[in-house]
Amino acid sequence: MAAALWPGPTPLSPTDIFAPASTPAKSIFELSLFVLSAAAAIFLVVFGLLVYAVLRFRKRANDDGREPAQVYGSTQVELAWTIIPVLIVLVLFLTSARVILSVQDAVQPAGALQVTVIGHQFWWEYRYPGLNVVTANELHVPVSDPQHPTPTVLKLLSADTDHSFWVPRLAGKTDLIPNFPNSTWIDPHEIGLYEGQCAQYCGTQHAKMLLRVYVDSREDFERWVQKQRQPAELSEAVSRGRAVFERTACINCHAVQGTAANGTFGPDLTHLMSRDTIASGAAPNTEEELRRWVENPDSIKPGSRMPAMGLDKQQLDEVTAYLVSLR
Amino acid sequence: MSTESMGWTATTDVPRPLVERLHHWVTTVDHKRLGILYVVYALIFLVVGGIEATLMRIQLIRPHNAFVSPQAFNQLFTMHGTTMIFFVAMPMVFGFANYLVPLMIGARDMAFPRLNAFSFWMTAFGGLLLYFSIVGGYGLYGAGGAPDVGWFAYAPLTAKTFSPGHSTDFWTLSLLVSGVGSIGTAVNLIATILCLRCPGMTLGKMPLLAWMNLTMAGLVILAVGPLTAAQLMLVVDRYLGGHFFDTQAGGSAVVWMHFFWVFGHPEVYVLAIPAFAFASEIIPVFSRKAIFGYPVMVAATLAIGFISMSVWAHHMFTVGMTSLANTFFVLSTMAIAVPTGIKIFNWLATMWGGKISFRTPMLFATAFLFQFLIAGLTGVMLSSAPFNWQLSGSYFVVAHFHYVIVGAILFMVFAAFYYWFPKVSGRMYDERLGKLHFWLFVIGFHLTFDFMHVPGLLGMPRRIYTYEPGRGWDVWNLIVTIGVLFQSAAVLVFVANLVLSWFRGQPAGSDPWDGWTLEWSTTSPPPEYNYAVLPVVRSRRPLWDLKHPEDPDWKYE
Repeated sequence: MAAALWPGPTPLSPTDIFAPASTPAKSIFELSLFVLSAAAAIFLVVFGLLVYAVLRFRKRANDDGREPAQVYGSTQVELAWTIIPVLIVLVLFLTSARVILSVQDAVQPAGALQVTVIGHQFWWEYRYPGLNVVTANELHVPVSDPQHPTPTVLKLLSADTDHSFWVPRLAGKTDLIPNFPNSTWIDPHEIGLYEGQCAQYCGTQHAKMLLRVYVDSREDFERWVQKQRQPAELSEAVSRGRAVFERTACINCHAVQGTAANGTFGPDLTHLMSRDTIASGAAPNTEEELRRWVENPDSIKPGSRMPAMGLDKQQLDEVTAYLVSLR
Repeated sequence: MSTESMGWTATTDVPRPLVERLHHWVTTVDHKRLGILYVVYALIFLVVGGIEATLMRIQLIRPHNAFVSPQAFNQLFTMHGTTMIFFVAMPMVFGFANYLVPLMIGARDMAFPRLNAFSFWMTAFGGLLLYFSIVGGYGLYGAGGAPDVGWFAYAPLTAKTFSPGHSTDFWTLSLLVSGVGSIGTAVNLIATILCLRCPGMTLGKMPLLAWMNLTMAGLVILAVGPLTAAQLMLVVDRYLGGHFFDTQAGGSAVVWMHFFWVFGHPEVYVLAIPAFAFASEIIPVFSRKAIFGYPVMVAATLAIGFISMSVWAHHMFTVGMTSLANTFFVLSTMAIAVPTGIKIFNWLATMWGGKISFRTPMLFATAFLFQFLIAGLTGVMLSSAPFNWQLSGSYFVVAHFHYVIVGAILFMVFAAFYYWFPKVSGRMYDERLGKLHFWLFVIGFHLTFDFMHVPGLLGMPRRIYTYEPGRGWDVWNLIVTIGVLFQSAAVLVFVANLVLSWFRGQPAGSDPWDGWTLEWSTTSPPPEYNYAVLPVVRSRRPLWDLKHPEDPDWKYE
């Protein structure tokens, strides 16, 4: 709440809704301050009346036992506390309607970046149709200069159950519903990492379906795109691990561009090591954690859709080495 | 069959054998006994649902806790929500309505006593069916499992693909069965209130409790139908190859949401309006003043009932409705604040100029006013669709609706317990234990639900079995869990007070509160037939007229 008083500098949390860094979140934040102050004013008036009534009209110790004067009502008073709330409601309604239209029906400039977000149990797939990039769990978007906005429009789809895309500092949440395409947009003003997580219950591991949005400078974003478009760099040194990967069921779900692996149920692994986390943010992307994840996904994310393959120690080492080579 | 013909009278002194007494409870069609059955049943499930909540709060006391598995946590919040709404809150308000409505309108029983018994047992078996899932949930797949789809069971998580086994079926069937009971009770209440009022009691002279329960019953009939229809459609999807909600075959997840919330939002008022009814009876008696603005209170109740049918999609601001639809539901939702505000002001005006006696029922009623005010204001925040895009699905929403259901409804239910306990048992409760219960519960409630708003504002979604450290959520979750300790202790004191006072309390007499409505004119507990001679009334406060023949109400109404 304190952040509401000093908008901007230090958010109380990386997911503080009162520390907006993008136009939709900012419009909501300004509206919320207005609604909060209206609510606070009403609270103070009514609470004051209640406290006064409790203190002033309590039965005294020296009460004479007579009933107080019976008042049955008053048309004027009833009218007053009908009309004043009606006016308050009208004002709140009109200010809300204005923000609904400005956020929901905003016209996007032709240069807006288009990204398709597909919710899966329990991870995020990101496709950049214009750029021929496919990645998972960590969304990269360019920073948007408020003078010359370059927003990112997110098309929201679901591959299985309902999910909800919620990165509080960038925008309010919008659900991903199978058979029901949605969209939302962001135009982050500052470079940095913005966090969030799935906000619609989607099954066993709903809690570990974390969102990470990397807002890059224009140049960094271009570099990132160039790299993501390359097929995998394959090294002879890890060919044994690649063989294990391609002979077990890994390739039923995972793709590595430029190899036989072209599964689509799980995250694309072509540039796995360009990501900071694995398992949709559940663990850091280190060699050790990768090995643990491949050996037994339930040890990091019990109930995740990835099965344990029952690999022996040597196969594990080899597959891990292969995965670590996917830069 | 009348119970007299079996040799029973309400004033039997010789205790009967236990088996006979139990048999009498099971076969009873007396509205008072059925009311008590409903309420005891609700209390048992209140403890069960409370234990489920406590387990969840232990799990969330710190980040990355491993007290329960994710699967168990998901079952816990599904069972907690379903239990508290369908098998605590609804039977609780039905129980009080059953007991009080015939007494307060001067009737000898409900209009259809056997339908009444049937409705209770349907509700009761619905609850048992839900909990039978724990052993039967996976059917032939092996061990049991409770449903884990959340209390609003969004499609397509309930489809066979995502929910194999029978746990979802037990959830569906339990709501179908108890829904039949709810509709039966609603029909019965409407018939009773419209047809069985004592001579002289026109609609305009009914106690507000009767008006509000009439509105509640109307809402039940309108709201439970869509829920029942949706459950049947789900059964068709799961077993007969239907595709209503089967998104993999072109069905619509959004249609389920509409069906569910067309039920779900009026349901909030099904629970809240009876709480308003208790407040409208208890606040006047303890302020020693007639209710302020009776006709306006009736109009506001009907307005709330009417508007509540048109606000359901404010639960769906994030599902991608058009801006026009979002705008409409903002307006309809905010509109409901007006009649609700009128009620708060009328209760305040009733206290104004009175001589307020803060016995336990009035303590709970005062806290209700305070908490309902806050719940209403957070409701206004949530009704603003853009603000809702941030708050929806977060712990702020969880805090908001617990403020409504616990802070307003449950507080008023506790007030009603203490207020009518002398009538039901014939004995006074212990005032010191009552006040201890009140203060413990107020402290626990505010520790838990005030601080629960904060992690929501800091981006914590609901229904997560664990959370990441470093998000600023830890300390708030710790405080929230500590509050549960106080609430649990308070409920223990409450149950102890009920049990001890039932057997050992001081005799209460027929009218311990110097009350004004008809139930206080008969003995405590009332005889099976309620009134030996049906009362005749001339005003809204027949007992005031009797006690003040020099200044009767009917001169002013």
